[in-house]
Amino acid sequence: MRIALAATCIADAMFPQAPKAVVTLLERLGHEVVFPAAQACCGQMHVNTGYLAEAVPVVRNHVRTFAPVADGEWDAVVVPSGSCTGSIRHQQKMVLERAGLSSEARTATAVSARTYELSELLVDVLGVTDVGAWFPHRVTYHPTCHSLRMLGVGDKPERLLRAVEGLELLPLEQAEGCCGFGGTFSLKNADTSAAMLDDKVADVVGTGAEVLTAGDWSCLMHIGGGLSRGGTGVRPMHLAEILASTREAPVHPGDRQEVAR
Amino acid sequence: MSTFLGMPATRAGRGPSPDAAPGTLGGVGRPEDPLHWGATFPHAAKAALANEQLRRNLGNATSTIRSKRARVVGEVPDWEALRDAGSAIKTDVMARLPELLEALERNVTARGGVVHWARDAAEANRIVAGIVREKQADEVVKVKSMATQEIGLNEALAEEGIAAVETDLAELIVQLADDMPSHILVPAIHRNRTEIRDIFLERMADAPPDLTDVPHELAMAARAHLRRKFLSAKVAISGANFAVADSGTLAVVESEGNGRMCLTLPETLITVMGIEKLVPTYRDLEVFLQLLPRSSTGERMNPYTSLWTGVTPGDGPQEFHLVLLDNGRTKVLADEAGRSALHCIRCSACLNVCPVYERVGGHAYGSVYPGPIGAILTPQLTGEKSDLPYASTLCGACYQVCPVKIDIPSILVELRAREVELAGSSPDAADRVWKAAMKAASYAMADGARFRRAARLPRALRAISRHGVIRRLPFPGSLWTRSRDLMEPPRQTFRDWWAEREDDR
Repeated sequence: MRIALAATCIADAMFPQAPKAVVTLLERLGHEVVFPAAQACCGQMHVNTGYLAEAVPVVRNHVRTFAPVADGEWDAVVVPSGSCTGSIRHQQKMVLERAGLSSEARTATAVSARTYELSELLVDVLGVTDVGAWFPHRVTYHPTCHSLRMLGVGDKPERLLRAVEGLELLPLEQAEGCCGFGGTFSLKNADTSAAMLDDKVADVVGTGAEVLTAGDWSCLMHIGGGLSRGGTGVRPMHLAEILASTREAPVHPGDRQEVAR
Repeated sequence: MSTFLGMPATRAGRGPSPDAAPGTLGGVGRPEDPLHWGATFPHAAKAALANEQLRRNLGNATSTIRSKRARVVGEVPDWEALRDAGSAIKTDVMARLPELLEALERNVTARGGVVHWARDAAEANRIVAGIVREKQADEVVKVKSMATQEIGLNEALAEEGIAAVETDLAELIVQLADDMPSHILVPAIHRNRTEIRDIFLERMADAPPDLTDVPHELAMAARAHLRRKFLSAKVAISGANFAVADSGTLAVVESEGNGRMCLTLPETLITVMGIEKLVPTYRDLEVFLQLLPRSSTGERMNPYTSLWTGVTPGDGPQEFHLVLLDNGRTKVLADEAGRSALHCIRCSACLNVCPVYERVGGHAYGSVYPGPIGAILTPQLTGEKSDLPYASTLCGACYQVCPVKIDIPSILVELRAREVELAGSSPDAADRVWKAAMKAASYAMADGARFRRAARLPRALRAISRHGVIRRLPFPGSLWTRSRDLMEPPRQTFRDWWAEREDDR
């Protein structure tokens, strides 16, 4: 398959290891990955903070960039984030319609119909749960709110993780509870956000895992920041990073796979 | 409808909550406007978070009721179909509200009731006070009711020299302590049993002097106190869970039997009902009487369901008044994006699953309607600028449990957009800073080439990172680093890596 990668703005700028891992993983599975350079952001931050007018150019850029998938130039768009996929699927059309851009809103719907979060792409579209990964570590999985409730990915990420050789998956208490990130919520309601984070960090530490994984680097940035502040030693890693790891090319917890200059 | 949830554990070191005024029983007092009081949400939340006892009480109570709800919902095979039916009935009601309200008025009147229309809180309070005065009563008994909390009826009656006695146990505790409810269903959820004992001893004249904090004793003291009130009251005031348009039937659903007493013993019954509480036909009740108890108290069926239609000679109240309350509801109805907030049946399932509510409690919302539903209902009813639409991470747990499928996260986003519009002309510095930041981000994020440059900017922070993290940033970054580290930005963005890789090929 020819698969277009929507890297997400946050991973592009802050956590490139996740989209790199998506490239590694999909190429290993025999697919071609393209990265349309015109992409920037899906618009979620603007929409969820209420800046709908400011979201319009951002959303238009995303829709225009990925419109070729609707014409069959690519077979699918993959996004290593549940919340960005959720925004693409449930918000972009609304933003464009409110701005009176009905034809672009139709394109947005067509693009979103072929846009998948990583675990959806792997399990539903490509039909694989065992991706041939090797990751000999104790891991716990946090189902991020939007992947769980907006997309309904269910146990797909866990099925992928269970198929990873050497990986011990440890159950997380109150896994479905929000970590308190909520985008700009973490700044506008910093105290409440921190209280939620404290509880999530305690539950993660309680698992005895070396690695916390999730399908969203935004939530991982938040929980990871708490894990680091607490000196817990638990490393946050995106699901893609674990699935990219093999015996031949192992990924180590906390390894950013940096290209040193 | 209310079940008193377990009376959480005794506070170790006794005394009122830290933010209570001296000489009070820890009550927050009765505000001028029950829909808008107290500090801003972030400030009120901060104060509540500092109260560890409150957090523990709330955590225990909400997790208990969450699991009860999940268990009894899980055993209904057609739960999702019931939710769809509840949602569809309410959507239909909102589409035909004027017609259905007129049908209700006709049918209540035909069965001997008197219907009053109240545009706002003041008018509703005036109507109720007028009826009570006409009956020459100086004391009335009340069934737990959100509508009368919303309009501050008890305070309005007090000004007329009429004492309104709350007869729901938790609501009585709140009233005696000069407090505000902090939960729609369990208004005294923020209280523990020692506090309740102290409140009874100080404010309930007929409480036994040797009263302990054993729940059974507390309940028996309240029971004896209330029984005297039920037997002497000439007028009762209730809210309504449902009103059936095509029969004129009213319904109250409750757990303690106090409602049944109020609805049957006094000579005169006055019901104050929000105009959205309608269902078209009697048969529609079957849907909601399944949805409501399972969603609210986590019971298969609530203990007391009272239905009455007008007046029945020789049986129950011989005079029945129905006050139909607007108080902002038609404004909400006119709003296509927000109107489904009126579908709410006040079950409070959204409060119990909300990670924000669970930690800060109800008072932080500064409205009789707290939690997720309060965050969408309150600003719409008042029409004022509000920080409640931001009091959510948009985690979606509320939408998932709502028995009538109100898409609370989407409405929160709509209301945030409204807040941004209202802030457009605001002189507030924070509003202007947010606007400028969002505009700049919009520019940088609407074009691949511009974002390529913008995405490299965080790299500068590597200068102050140690061991892969940044522990301290100046404001506004301090809002983040106060409680969490920021992971060090990478040397190279993903797209720069990709470009390099393409060049190498």
